[in-house]
Amino acid sequence: MRHHPVADVSHLPTSGFGSVSPIWWGTLGFVALEGTGFALAAGAYLYLRQTNGQWPIGAPPPNHWPGTIMLIILLVSLWPNALADRAARDERLDRVRLWLIVMSLLGFVAVAVRGWEFAHLNVRWDSNAYGSIVWFILALHAVHLITDLGDTLVLTALMFTRHVTGKRYSDVSDNAFYWYFVVASWVALYALIYGVPRL
Amino acid sequence: MRFPLASPAAVLVFCLLGGCSGVQSALNPQGPQAAHLARLFWIFTGVCTAVWLAVMLVLLVGLVRRTPARTDPLRLDARSERRSLMVVAGAVVGTLLTVVALTALSYLSQRQLFARERPAVTIKVTGQQWWWDVRYESDAPDKIVTTANEIYVPVGAPVSVKLAATDVIHSFWVPSLFGKQDLIPGQDNEIQFTASRPGVYRGQCAEFCGWQHAHMGLLVVALPANEFQAWLAAQAAPAAEPDDAERKRGAELFAAKACIMCHTIRGTSAGSRVGPDLTHFGSRKTIASATLPMSRGNIAAWIVDPQGIKPGVNMPNVSIASNELDPLVSYLAGLR
Amino acid sequence: MTSAETAAQTDLRDTHLDDAELHARLTRTWRTGASLIERLSSVDHKVVGRRYIITAFVFLCLGGLSAIAMRMQLARPEAKLLGPDLYNQLFTMHGTTMMFLFAVPVMEAFGVYLVPLMVGTRNIAFPRLNAFSYWVYLFGGIFLWASFMLKIGPDAGWFAYVPLSGPEYSPGKRVDVWAQMITFTEVSALAVAVEIIVTVFKQRAPGMTLDRIPLFVWSMLVTSFLVLFAMPAVMVASTMLILDRLVGTHFFNTAEGGDSLLWQHLFWFFGHPEVYIIFIPATGMVSSIIAAFARRPVFGHLPLILALIAVGFLSFGLWVHHMFVTGLPQLGASFFTASSMLIAVPNGIQIFCWLATLWDGRPVYKTPLLFVLGFIAIFVIGGLSGVMVASVPIDAQVHDTYFVVAHFHYVLIGGAVFPLVGAVYFWFPKITGRLMSERLGRWNFWLAFIGFNVAFFPMHILGLQGMPRRVYTYLPEMGWGPLNLLSTAGAIVLFASFVLLLINAVRGAARGAPAGDNPWDAGTLEWATTSPPAPYNFPRIPFVTHREPLWDNRESLPVVTGLSVDVREHVAGTVTESFPQLRESSPEPSIWPLLAAISVAAAFLASIFTPWAVVWGSIPVAITLTGWFWPKGTPEDEE
Repeated sequence: MRHHPVADVSHLPTSGFGSVSPIWWGTLGFVALEGTGFALAAGAYLYLRQTNGQWPIGAPPPNHWPGTIMLIILLVSLWPNALADRAARDERLDRVRLWLIVMSLLGFVAVAVRGWEFAHLNVRWDSNAYGSIVWFILALHAVHLITDLGDTLVLTALMFTRHVTGKRYSDVSDNAFYWYFVVASWVALYALIYGVPRL
Repeated sequence: MRFPLASPAAVLVFCLLGGCSGVQSALNPQGPQAAHLARLFWIFTGVCTAVWLAVMLVLLVGLVRRTPARTDPLRLDARSERRSLMVVAGAVVGTLLTVVALTALSYLSQRQLFARERPAVTIKVTGQQWWWDVRYESDAPDKIVTTANEIYVPVGAPVSVKLAATDVIHSFWVPSLFGKQDLIPGQDNEIQFTASRPGVYRGQCAEFCGWQHAHMGLLVVALPANEFQAWLAAQAAPAAEPDDAERKRGAELFAAKACIMCHTIRGTSAGSRVGPDLTHFGSRKTIASATLPMSRGNIAAWIVDPQGIKPGVNMPNVSIASNELDPLVSYLAGLR
Repeated sequence: MTSAETAAQTDLRDTHLDDAELHARLTRTWRTGASLIERLSSVDHKVVGRRYIITAFVFLCLGGLSAIAMRMQLARPEAKLLGPDLYNQLFTMHGTTMMFLFAVPVMEAFGVYLVPLMVGTRNIAFPRLNAFSYWVYLFGGIFLWASFMLKIGPDAGWFAYVPLSGPEYSPGKRVDVWAQMITFTEVSALAVAVEIIVTVFKQRAPGMTLDRIPLFVWSMLVTSFLVLFAMPAVMVASTMLILDRLVGTHFFNTAEGGDSLLWQHLFWFFGHPEVYIIFIPATGMVSSIIAAFARRPVFGHLPLILALIAVGFLSFGLWVHHMFVTGLPQLGASFFTASSMLIAVPNGIQIFCWLATLWDGRPVYKTPLLFVLGFIAIFVIGGLSGVMVASVPIDAQVHDTYFVVAHFHYVLIGGAVFPLVGAVYFWFPKITGRLMSERLGRWNFWLAFIGFNVAFFPMHILGLQGMPRRVYTYLPEMGWGPLNLLSTAGAIVLFASFVLLLINAVRGAARGAPAGDNPWDAGTLEWATTSPPAPYNFPRIPFVTHREPLWDNRESLPVVTGLSVDVREHVAGTVTESFPQLRESSPEPSIWPLLAAISVAAAFLASIFTPWAVVWGSIPVAITLTGWFWPKGTPEDEE
């Protein structure tokens, strides 16, 4: 079909931050579907609590300290995460490198603490349905911690290579955005796993 | 362009006639609950058929009416667009009203159908792969009746059926008496129905439960109240002692073979609850969960080759010598 | 200024190139190479979409054959053709294949192929994820059917109700295969959903404001949101099931505090939206076909969009109507009666708007329109029988009987497959550049229409006569024989219509009449480009001025210029107004998505045999994903 030009887009930039970037929307999509997964797992937890008279079943409530420490670590991590995001938006390579390294280290600490958490739930996954659902939710969140750590490590490595472009900064920003989701979901799951059995 | 309006309509009429017959039909009600359900079904069917015919009529007229050809698909007539809007809006309002009316009707029916009254008889039915354990509750232990796959009820009195399952989910469904209800492990369900007339009504498991889901039938036998009480009294009694040599031999074989591992015959040493209670087996109308009519030949066939008749059934093929079969069949047929 | 921006500025732009030069350069930039590795590396949405469509139809054929086998067994009472073991596997494979491997993927496949063309962009968002999703789907389907061929096919139904599907009552690997393959293939559905949402939000041609988005694209957008919020439920459920089976958890074990109805809640929270995930794209196809052949825009564009969105929301409030006979509290159940009936209203709006369009238009009776007319006749029956089963008391009789089998086949075949076949006839010339035969098309339609009704209408009656679903045989005295025989005959005719479709498609692809760009004189953007479309879709990105751009601009299409021709670039814009914001780069072909899919598939498959496979399998998965995202010098994106 014949065509005639009516506008020119040659002046447009090739990368952007936040909602300008398609990847941000993609990340939001994954946040939505993973958030649904968390919500359904939490719903299953509450459903099982409802159908069982006694809750937790045959176990004392989990030791909350590992989870509380996890909560503190994740809340503290919001600060370097925000700094990494801002450094990326300002395209300041040295700061991006610094805060990504900090975030990587915090990620390792968080994964280690998660292992400690599993050991102090006072119940095994195969003891009863309560144990199963608690392990399930904690593992689901652990998968997010691990994947985000992996993503952060790859990005950190990239920041020390020749591949640093506008697009990479945008990636750092989207990674920071995803971390907010990982932290926010833990706040809700923390209340569920450690709070609800004490009600 | 013609539309085969006639063929679905013809099939529809055929359906409405066809649905009424049959040994397990939902549209052949034999009790007030089933009659209510059938009536509700017909009302919904009537409304839905009318709606479908109206839609088809509009479609057909819309297709055959002569519309002037459009040279430019974008040149629409504002007046006729407005008219379409009015008609569509009207149809939407009509749909909404119909839906609200049907919802209200459904809700009122539901309340009426599931209303509880004091039952004349309470029966506990436990679904198992692939048969029904039937127990008549009583405060007196010697009045408790256990049978299988056949439920006797008094005519004209509300019957309560408590539903439970020990393995997987089953569903209790006797269409000419009531709608279905699931039997779920770890959950107690209950339904109530009344049979209006004496008769035998067939039902079947309606929730897929494994290999022999297809052969998990049951019978509901409605008897006048006095006959029902007589039946109940007879069932409460222990099994009759075998009265001839062949039956005695059969009883010995039953105790010696694998039969005793799974079945109960009250009044004998057989007391396992894995399979159906056989105390009054010979008085039943069917074998193998309403799969075979009761007869000596069918009893023999079932004993010799249960896996051929219901592949996968929990009853194993037990090796039985040819001279052992007749005594065993006589014994079982005699458990009346 | 970064290096990429410097590079971009020295790039050659499309602004002053003549058509031949533009074509040559864009082809070099966007084409999929001819070698095997290059083909396996392709990230072109048209290549991937075509593979998706063909694969989905192969699974349709397998699902159809399993249906025919079941119909042969049921044609007479006590038939010995299939035993309960094989029959149970067949109906499980039939349901699983049709829902998970055919209906959802084929709708997404059409979305993958058409949405980028309809919104006027050059590739789908996250094209490597798209390629990955196809491989995941392909491997999942192959594993499921391979296990069936190896006689370890799942046999607990496509709904896999616990406890029957649990470790105690389904020992062996059969249900493990089912649960893992479901989790696995749903990954692909979720990935495509995200791609389509982002493509529609960010990659629409400049000027394509929200109210100018074609109805098919709207339908794919709403569908994608349904996938996003519904599919996680089945993934959670099937993961719990596999954990119960493999590592001894007790989610569904009543003895240890688990609950068998939890499975049903989770499964149907997904399962009911699933029906609309299949049906809503079909409504988009219907709207496209009706607009083209009624020779006018569809009446009620806005009401149709609102109806789609309303259906999407309501579809999450219906799941309990699959559980009316489980003994739930009565008041709760009647709430779901109300919501289930209410969904008739937005669906009614759609039917009325299409009728109004046909009423005012002057229909051209080509095969696609025939299938749409058949759709209206059949789907309305399915919708109305849906109103019946939404009533708790009526459902108590018809639930889990052949009445319900009839109902949902009227909805799914009538509501989705008829429009789908219409869509095949409609877009075949765009995809292949050739037309299918109209003569065969008419035969195809009438065989399908008659065969379908003969096969499925009698099932309503059978259900009312007391025939439950999922029975491998029935006793002669039940009186169900004649209608079952009739139904089997109809099923064979219906199957024959699909054979005819296959013949017509193969013939058409080989020696159909050349189609030209726009054989139906339709109005949406996919018809603006060549048939089949060039690898770059559009020589220049269109500028959209109207809902039906090609009807509004009959002489010459307005376009925007300024994109690179040597680097893969498209325009990214604002979500509502589609005002251009970026010259977004689009990823190059890559073999990594295939390698990642292989490693994920291996991990899933091995996990059936040892839970440790998840741990060891994560290593190759991590390696392949890193390879996928690691840039090669040219700017590219990820996810």
